[in-house]
Amino acid sequence: MKLTGAQIVIQSLIKEGVNIIFGLPGGAIIDVYDALYDSPIKHILVRHEQAAIHAADGYARATGRVGVAMVTSGPGATNTVTGLATAYMDSIPIVVFTGQVPTKLIGNDAFQEADIVGITRPCTKHNFLVKDVNELAKTIKEAFYIAGSGRPGPVLIDLPKDVQQAKAEFEYPKEVRLAGYNPKYKAHIGQVKKAAQLIASARRPVIYAGGGVIYSKGANEELRRLAEGFSMPVTNTLMGLGGFPGDHPLWLGMLGMHGTYRANMAVIHCDVLIGIGARFDDRVTGKLEEFAPDAKIVHIDIDPASISKNVIVDVPIVGDCRDALLKLNQALSNINIDWEDKHRDWLEQIEEWKKEHVLSYSQPEGGPLKPQYVIEKLYELTKGKAIVSTEVGQNQMWTAQYYKFDRPRTFLTSGGLGTMGYGFPAAIGAQAAFPEKLVIDIAGDGSIQMNIQELATAVSYRLPVKVAILNNGYLGMVRQWQQLFYRGRYSQTSLEYSPDFVKLAEAYGAVGLRATKPDEVEATIKDALSKDVPVFIDFVIEREENVYPMVPAGAPLSHMLLV
Amino acid sequence: MRHTISLLVENIPGVLARVAGLFSGRGFNIESLCVAETIDPKISRITLVTNGDEQIIEQIKKQLNKLINIIKVVDLSEIESVEREMALIKVRAAPEHRAEILRIVDIFRGKVVDVSPDYYTVEITGDANKLQAFIELLRHFRIKEIARTGTVALPRARKAFKEKGEE
Repeated sequence: MKLTGAQIVIQSLIKEGVNIIFGLPGGAIIDVYDALYDSPIKHILVRHEQAAIHAADGYARATGRVGVAMVTSGPGATNTVTGLATAYMDSIPIVVFTGQVPTKLIGNDAFQEADIVGITRPCTKHNFLVKDVNELAKTIKEAFYIAGSGRPGPVLIDLPKDVQQAKAEFEYPKEVRLAGYNPKYKAHIGQVKKAAQLIASARRPVIYAGGGVIYSKGANEELRRLAEGFSMPVTNTLMGLGGFPGDHPLWLGMLGMHGTYRANMAVIHCDVLIGIGARFDDRVTGKLEEFAPDAKIVHIDIDPASISKNVIVDVPIVGDCRDALLKLNQALSNINIDWEDKHRDWLEQIEEWKKEHVLSYSQPEGGPLKPQYVIEKLYELTKGKAIVSTEVGQNQMWTAQYYKFDRPRTFLTSGGLGTMGYGFPAAIGAQAAFPEKLVIDIAGDGSIQMNIQELATAVSYRLPVKVAILNNGYLGMVRQWQQLFYRGRYSQTSLEYSPDFVKLAEAYGAVGLRATKPDEVEATIKDALSKDVPVFIDFVIEREENVYPMVPAGAPLSHMLLV
Repeated sequence: MRHTISLLVENIPGVLARVAGLFSGRGFNIESLCVAETIDPKISRITLVTNGDEQIIEQIKKQLNKLINIIKVVDLSEIESVEREMALIKVRAAPEHRAEILRIVDIFRGKVVDVSPDYYTVEITGDANKLQAFIELLRHFRIKEIARTGTVALPRARKAFKEKGEE
């Protein structure tokens, strides 16, 4: 039997095991929405297309499966760009369907036409314009395969309206064959042995683990074996948080611009750095020339282009993190060394650094509320078991510093692109995936306003996301930079005229709570956690609290501002 | 350093845009670029000339390899290869210089493909050095216009990477 293109889309999604999609309809995608009407797939109607992409992204990060979003042509499609770029920078597998004007009108500046394939080429892993309904099922199969394999990423499929309406026999391909795409999963054993020898020669090794450890299933367990088995300390990137237990004695905390003193000191002084599924981003390395100056570098990554891109690597290992770590652990256990004894001095030195400076703040009793205190209380009262998303800026860095993640896929944050407005829709996506789990978005008063309309989505689908707004009345991170590096000239960073977030939540049919003093925090959080509906908590915090430590942009890691 | 990179790509719309976008988006240079179908109409060959230090060239090749529609990337500067470029040069041919221009064209095994009272249009083929030398010589007579194809190249036999259907 022949199906329409629109029906083929829905049937293909079912074949892919998709049970939830995020989107917003329009004229150029209306046929697919018509086919969706009788399908078992659940659809979450967002209030802005950007949120659909972030929600699909949050769903993908929390579950490890490919997230799916659907929007119309023109403005619907262009509204996906920020979400796609966010997913692209953080290697998140999503497939986005955009409606398109009929093929005959393409290029004619038709109503709601945008060259979305052209626009999103640099911010997708790959994209497709389907011009023939006979190619549709194959294209969808390829899109899911490309999105979820190798180094994952977003894929966009542009669907002209006439292709949605045309008919073809439906047969979903069993396998994909792409001449130009063959991700390499198996780590080269020769390279692994070289790495093992280098590590055996090290006196001061450090493991630097990123998002790859999260995305490669089971890699976190191998990472733990590597650290514990061979007595080596671990630091995580922002994207890597949760890849190693945040309360483990071998954990150094996050490194980089807002990393801990001991993590950055360890990187500065190490003699072998083992990079795993990380990409030596500028927020991690600081001034490149002075990054890990004494270290030989081992780099495990599934993307060959990530290796020696910023930092020249001594032993590259291309492959899946778990496979590489499994082999590395094997190779190291064949070497007869008393690792604990060998690294004792080094670990003692790290303890010294920990004594010299540890993350801290002081919460004056009855005094202005400190954001770090709020996050520590959130950690304590959720027993560290929540799925936590963040927005971007100070809220994100305080969360990274004070919420101790111990499992993969529990921390959802826009690391690479740094997208304000990401956290709330991402939390909605994660909550839709796990209705029973506790999902919290830790936000700032600036970022939450960038997708605040999604309160309607959360309320209407009864997705009981909790949003903790750290409200300091500023675009806080920019203000911090202005205070520290621009002579306190607070150019356009004050947000004195924000809405009343409590009333706003109530206006949407959610619950709004507020805490302004330290002794209100615990009760307010407990109150919020007891409610099975979306809750906004307005934490009115000290206005000019800063995130420390801080390495000024472009400076070497040794130039940490501590306080 | 100058590198000639040969790409086998799927012959579908948008592939050239992906390649060009990669270069512009990442700040790489393209000196010249040539695209045409191979024996297999489903596959095109893009020959591009670029420059950069070792690390940049390495990145260029890796990033090109990541593009889904690119089937094969070969750096011809690393292996034995032959390179050619063609140019059409419209040069002022005053009566007193006509004979000399023809002699130069002859020495370089070029060809005059269009003649007018004031101009010759000359076709010349060769590697980059030969073309450069030829253009320098003609410059004395005033070149009005020039059109160059950019470099095309193939590995020397035996070391060739095979195109489907090409033996």
